[in-house]
Amino acid sequence: MTEPEILRYTRETGDFSRMLQSIPYAAFIGLECDQFGDDLIFRLPKKEQNLGNPILPAIHGGVIGGFMEMSAALYLMMSQESMRMPRIVDFSLDYLRAGLNRETYAECQLTRQGNRVANVMISAWQKSRSQPIATARAHFLLED
Amino acid sequence: MNDEIRMNRVTRFIETLNQAKELGLSVAEATKGSLTLCLPYSSRIIGNPDTGVIHGGAITTLMDTTSGSVILCALDEFELCPTLDLRVDYMRPAEPHKPVYARAETYKITRNIIFTRCEAFHKGGETIANCVGTFMRIGPDALPRAYRDLISGDAE
Repeated sequence: MTEPEILRYTRETGDFSRMLQSIPYAAFIGLECDQFGDDLIFRLPKKEQNLGNPILPAIHGGVIGGFMEMSAALYLMMSQESMRMPRIVDFSLDYLRAGLNRETYAECQLTRQGNRVANVMISAWQKSRSQPIATARAHFLLED
Repeated sequence: MNDEIRMNRVTRFIETLNQAKELGLSVAEATKGSLTLCLPYSSRIIGNPDTGVIHGGAITTLMDTTSGSVILCALDEFELCPTLDLRVDYMRPAEPHKPVYARAETYKITRNIIFTRCEAFHKGGETIANCVGTFMRIGPDALPRAYRDLISGDAE
């Protein structure tokens, strides 16, 4: 399957497995995605290799960042007509709580989309959506 | 504390971080208040299969680790400081098949907060990404003695 075919398949079926298999970094950290109606919930299952701080233990902050960044890019791809992976310009991340060694979730919101740049907010949580472990803001370039 | 002690401390520290080991991060240089880590290229961390460019998330992890570990090169006593926030600006994609280096420095250390900046680059090449971070000091006593001794090299 080519990339446009994978994207079309994912849009039509809501099955993200093929798309995620085509992106090595998504498989590397173990990212998964579920669709509920129009909503996308990204998941990062518990994985020993993703840990940073061995004392708590806690997920490496960089992995939480990578998970949120990848979630935002996929979210944008799904909401766009473009078949290309959007290019990230900047990424600003606030760590609010330790990400413990358990499944983590993320959801995205398109705050503002212009012709060339999109602004996406990302929130990640574990126990409860109302207690995020991190929030982030990213700008993506849309033009080809 | 000399640079060899700093290098050994950081090496022992990143060896305890599963994700850093998974990525194959290694210490390239450690001096007072400055640290360079190296991320080898791997097809496992590609973000764009068309170009073979590694994903920004791996760069973020490299920069977060370098910024968090440079603290070991700046303080005499080992403290683990949680990240408060991290801001990454991507200048250009990393080139495929080349290792990425990140050099971080602490530019302000207060009683509660440590401010860092970090640059990711290819050797002899232009900047891939810039990053500023803030880290919270929770004090050396927040860590178990055994872990502190392990990193400080007092375990033997």
